[in-house]
Amino acid sequence: MDDTLTHVSAGRKLKDLTAKVLVGAAFGLAVIPLVSVLWMVVKNGLARFDLDFFTHSMRNIGPFDAHGGAYHAILGTLQQVALAALISIPIALLTAIYLVEYGEGGRLARSISFFVDVMTGIPSIVAGLFILAFWVLGLGMSFSGFAGALALSILMMPVVVRSAEEMLRLVPNELREASLALGVPKWRTIVKIVLPTAFTGIVTGVMLAVARVAGETAPLMLTVFFTDSINNSAFSGAQMGLPLFVFDQAGKPNPTAIDRAWTGALTLILIVMLLNLGARLIAWWRRPATSR
Amino acid sequence: MTTSQTETLDHGPAGGDLPEGKDASRTGRIGDRVFRLASSGSGVLLLAIMAAIAVFLVIQALPALRANTAPFLTEKIWNPNAVPPRFGIAALAFGTVVSSLIALVIATPVAVAVALFISHYAPRRLAATLGYVVDLLAAVPSVVYGLWGAVFLVPLIMDPASWLNRNLAFLPIFNGQPVSSGKSIFTASVVLAIMILPIIAAISREVFLQVPKANEEAALALGATRWEMVRMAVLPFGRPGVISASMLGLGRALGETIAVALIVSASFEIDWNVMMPGGNSIAANIANTFQEAGATGRGALIASGLVLFVITLVVNMAARAVIARRKEYARAGA
Repeated sequence: MDDTLTHVSAGRKLKDLTAKVLVGAAFGLAVIPLVSVLWMVVKNGLARFDLDFFTHSMRNIGPFDAHGGAYHAILGTLQQVALAALISIPIALLTAIYLVEYGEGGRLARSISFFVDVMTGIPSIVAGLFILAFWVLGLGMSFSGFAGALALSILMMPVVVRSAEEMLRLVPNELREASLALGVPKWRTIVKIVLPTAFTGIVTGVMLAVARVAGETAPLMLTVFFTDSINNSAFSGAQMGLPLFVFDQAGKPNPTAIDRAWTGALTLILIVMLLNLGARLIAWWRRPATSR
Repeated sequence: MTTSQTETLDHGPAGGDLPEGKDASRTGRIGDRVFRLASSGSGVLLLAIMAAIAVFLVIQALPALRANTAPFLTEKIWNPNAVPPRFGIAALAFGTVVSSLIALVIATPVAVAVALFISHYAPRRLAATLGYVVDLLAAVPSVVYGLWGAVFLVPLIMDPASWLNRNLAFLPIFNGQPVSSGKSIFTASVVLAIMILPIIAAISREVFLQVPKANEEAALALGATRWEMVRMAVLPFGRPGVISASMLGLGRALGETIAVALIVSASFEIDWNVMMPGGNSIAANIANTFQEAGATGRGALIASGLVLFVITLVVNMAARAVIARRKEYARAGA
């Protein structure tokens, strides 16, 4: 009796084992490129990971010269990403608040929600083309770091809306009701009760969004243009960005440029991964006690 | 509904004869109105941006399209800076769609297996960490994938490519002269597959984790092995989720720019042999030719971007529609 209940035929056992091995192998297969990319970037990036790289621009560096650095590109990226965050976070946060606190599944809320999803799928190059068509060609503004920030903020907004919305929905309704029952106006309830409760979750989402746009190359290419010189102002004239620097150097045939590209890639990955890890750490550190 | 409740609540303290109470309620109401206006305004702004994207791309593309002397949809040559300008989307659209579809074919089975591994095979305590490792794949910037693909993968892929070429030559896509360089659509597809794998895996994982425990336990109680349980309970439940996940991945692959631009050796032909050097995509072409583009050239690139926008929009909306149907079904079942 025991035997008939627990007996599994050899063929079924074999299938089960095969599935197990294949599924495990697939995971291994997926990790190979990650390890390979990180290994190549670290190995090749360390060659030029020196003080020169972080303190100099590419100005007056001939096509076959060895020196030069990415100071202008790093500076540009920091300014562009900060500006993009400044533009997109308030809009995205308010939209998320509308969806959760005011929308109530109405027609406007549903269409906003739908188009936020659609906006998440916009290719980054199309965001760049839009700013090119609207800001540069339409309004006659010049290529600038700010134009790049506008393009990045289009990519950032839907991501922040989605994550903030999710976090706001996690805030228990009892908190809102208790506050409203005490006669507190709705907007003060949102500002003083709902937002602080969801704060760490929102910060995590924002950091992940920043990490995503910091690595974007395509929209920058069409909006900030290329330059080899330092431009301290994001509001006038061409400015470089770090991803653009990597793309620019990688397209040049001489090995010194390829070295610079790898070091740029290493710097970029360090920035993006630190943002990512930081976001996860905050999420993990402040996770609710009831999490699975 | 909630608003009206709030208003009645606001009137509460105002009913008393305390002047402070009256003031507080009035600022509360003004504050509420301002806050509501600001938040709904932001939402409307997002809708306006979406509309503006379509409108401005059309406006800026029209002059170039009018100047074009070739049929835009069927012409393969991209020569918008010539006099008279001749350009068309055919070869670019072909490269975009083919490279993305090959990437999808490579990535989907692996991603589904990875999702299964994390949701149903890996030890519970490791699952979250392993999921994070796969998510890290998505955190690597595309320009880094492009650099890695151009320097590392292009030489590496020449050998397997010539193997496919020798042994599967009866298939038109693998038929052709032995490849002399890996700068082909196929190499771009492999990199695209790596880039979309984490998206497909993450969404599939979420769906697999939502499979009702009762279904799984019922299968196991009937004596199913783990694989039989997965096949009978998990996969059927997760199928719509996997379909929409791979469509979202497809949308991402279609729009990927820099990685493709760094790998393909830009050509403007429709060549079914994806192993041959060459290949191009709409997005990669924008990246490669933007700097030399004149006024008509920019307009032409914007027109090609408009086509890309429409393609990805359709793919994404279809994916969302599948997810939405799934949600209703899940609610009805629950």
